[in-house]
Amino acid sequence: MRRLLTLVLAIAMLLSLMMVAPASAAEPTKLEFWTFQALHVEFYEKMAEIWNERNPDRQIELVVTSLGYDDMHNKLLIALQSGTGAPDFVDIEIGKYANYLMGETQLVPLNRVVEPELDNIVRSRVDIYAKDGNYYGICFHVGASVTYYNQEILEAAGVDVNSIITWDDFAEAGKVVLEKTGVPMATVEANDPWFFLQTLSQQGSDLLTPEGEPNVNSDAMKKALGFYQQMVKDGTAMVAPGGGHHAEEYYGFMNFGGAASVTMPFWYMGRFTDYMPDLKGKMLVMPNPVFEVGQPRSVGLGGTGTSVTNQSQHQDLAVDFLGFAKLSEEGNLKIWEIMGFDPIRKSLWGSEELKKPNKFIDYFANFPFDALIEVQDEIPAIVVSESLPKTMTAVRTSIMTRVFEGMEDIDTVLAEEQALLEQTPN
Amino acid sequence: MNKMPFYKRFIYNQKLAPYVFTAPFVITFLVFFLYPVISSIIMTFQNILPGRVEFIGLENYRRLNDPIFFKALGLNLRYTLWTLAILIPVPMLLAVLLNNKHMRAKNFFRSTLFIPALTSVVVAGTIFRLMYGELPGALMNQIIGLVGLKPIKWLRLADYAMIPLLSLAVWRWTGVNILYFLAGLQNIPPEMYEAANIDGANPWQVFRHLILPMLKPTTIYVITISIYGGMAMFTESYMLWGGNRSPNNIGTTIVGYLYRKGFEENNMGYGNTIGVVLLLIVLVVNLLQLLANGFFRKEKDA
Repeated sequence: MRRLLTLVLAIAMLLSLMMVAPASAAEPTKLEFWTFQALHVEFYEKMAEIWNERNPDRQIELVVTSLGYDDMHNKLLIALQSGTGAPDFVDIEIGKYANYLMGETQLVPLNRVVEPELDNIVRSRVDIYAKDGNYYGICFHVGASVTYYNQEILEAAGVDVNSIITWDDFAEAGKVVLEKTGVPMATVEANDPWFFLQTLSQQGSDLLTPEGEPNVNSDAMKKALGFYQQMVKDGTAMVAPGGGHHAEEYYGFMNFGGAASVTMPFWYMGRFTDYMPDLKGKMLVMPNPVFEVGQPRSVGLGGTGTSVTNQSQHQDLAVDFLGFAKLSEEGNLKIWEIMGFDPIRKSLWGSEELKKPNKFIDYFANFPFDALIEVQDEIPAIVVSESLPKTMTAVRTSIMTRVFEGMEDIDTVLAEEQALLEQTPN
Repeated sequence: MNKMPFYKRFIYNQKLAPYVFTAPFVITFLVFFLYPVISSIIMTFQNILPGRVEFIGLENYRRLNDPIFFKALGLNLRYTLWTLAILIPVPMLLAVLLNNKHMRAKNFFRSTLFIPALTSVVVAGTIFRLMYGELPGALMNQIIGLVGLKPIKWLRLADYAMIPLLSLAVWRWTGVNILYFLAGLQNIPPEMYEAANIDGANPWQVFRHLILPMLKPTTIYVITISIYGGMAMFTESYMLWGGNRSPNNIGTTIVGYLYRKGFEENNMGYGNTIGVVLLLIVLVVNLLQLLANGFFRKEKDA
């Protein structure tokens, strides 16, 4: 229904655009765009509007198709494989991105627009979509991992959030919170890795080796999983109801003060404003704890790379528009205003423009970008390779649920899963 | 004769007519069935990436020695056995009841039992997912709460995963199978019931020695399609777990695994191999079943 509404709105907007366009303006070029996230549509529509105002001789008309996550990625895969039917440009989620870089890459290099901006943006957010020196995608956001604390619960337990520096502090605070208020300090996910990956990058490790091979049986992985498993044993952490931080069950649980904190990327803010209205004014956005002081506190997680396909008839125009939408200052500002993401143009983070009230600023008890500016040089990226899709699948479907739901022995689980990953083809 | 125009000769040609009439089916079969099957079999020997397709011999078949594939196969086999154990006897009994002339409100029961089959699996799966939620407030947990049981994480523990899957199948397919059996029951001539009555058969004997044997062709048909349906089950699992990623693969089916490998991880060659192997398994199981039921023998005897 919402999709239909968006579509109708989009068409209405386009029609009105065409009506007001001066008769002398060039005929708009149709650019077909696919996305799996209806939220992104509003952003691109807005950017197309601004683009058309600035470029009267290069008018564009977006033809947007918004599909389900699996549906869109599968259709795109088939279209690129068979050489026909792909859109001009498209949103590709990072977990799937490697699939589209395999073989002869069917995407268009964006170096022309990306390279001049490299110093102004968080570089790792284009590096993750690069292959052999070519940049194929541009991200929406940094996706910096942060910890959201429920101030009300911490105060009831008498815990000062600024005293939580290390994970040991976090676990200790958890015991106090549990004792005083009866709720767990944190939740873990049994079906997603987002709450967890910063504990690997803090130790200089990753799900993959730097060469891109699966690396789940590492000491860092054992230490990080062991830390959370111990918290679950102590009762200071629990598996999020519904299995993850994107489950309806969890939203309800958290909304009514079910846990004192949640560690998730910056883009999770939108879930608070949309699904947990009762926590308004109670949530603090803070840097993550670390194992040892000096370790990077955050990591860039998730992401959506927008790419131009080689089947586009208007590759130059699509590349220029994409560069304008996702690299320019206006574009990055709109990314924050419309979607609440941490834009990749880091020069923007301290600017006054960002402080203008919007629903995200209104919702949180502190200014969210303070946490981000504090850790801005501590945001590495995760390793992305052709092994990432299968490794993510193993984490999502096996490792997390065996460790936190089955409470199985971590060494055994990781050894088995690593062996399995090594024998599975990409 | 030769003076007829070409199109008339064509139309009145008795030798050509059968081919012309069967052409639509034959062409559709060749284009949409035979060609995909053959190209699918060819792809099992390939590693396929855009712009880079290479023959790798039997490598894809060697990869099948894969614990998750066997786990998925196990799930489908258990699911198929359970659906056979429930979805053959229950609908048969219900159909016999519905066919009984003393039964009241036949049409009402007939339609209520059939309505679930008209519902889309997507809608039903979503509703069942909510019913089998893990919180104490979810419907199934409330029901078991009435007898003092603790809430169960239905969709996240391997021991319970079969229950939501089976209840969805039973709810949805009972009506369809009843319909098959009702059609079968219509084929039993009334005289046979009369004869049985005159011979003094009690209701059980009528069922055991008259209805059951007369329904055998229908039963064999239902078993055959149930085996196929059970082994190829995918949508139910996909909807119940809200995507193709059940925890620890407790709900991953063979087709789900094929979908994951082929589309989600871009390995068309391996995906096709799983598909071809599934086809072989279903063929073998069904042939054995038909053989055991005397399906082929019967034709010879007659």
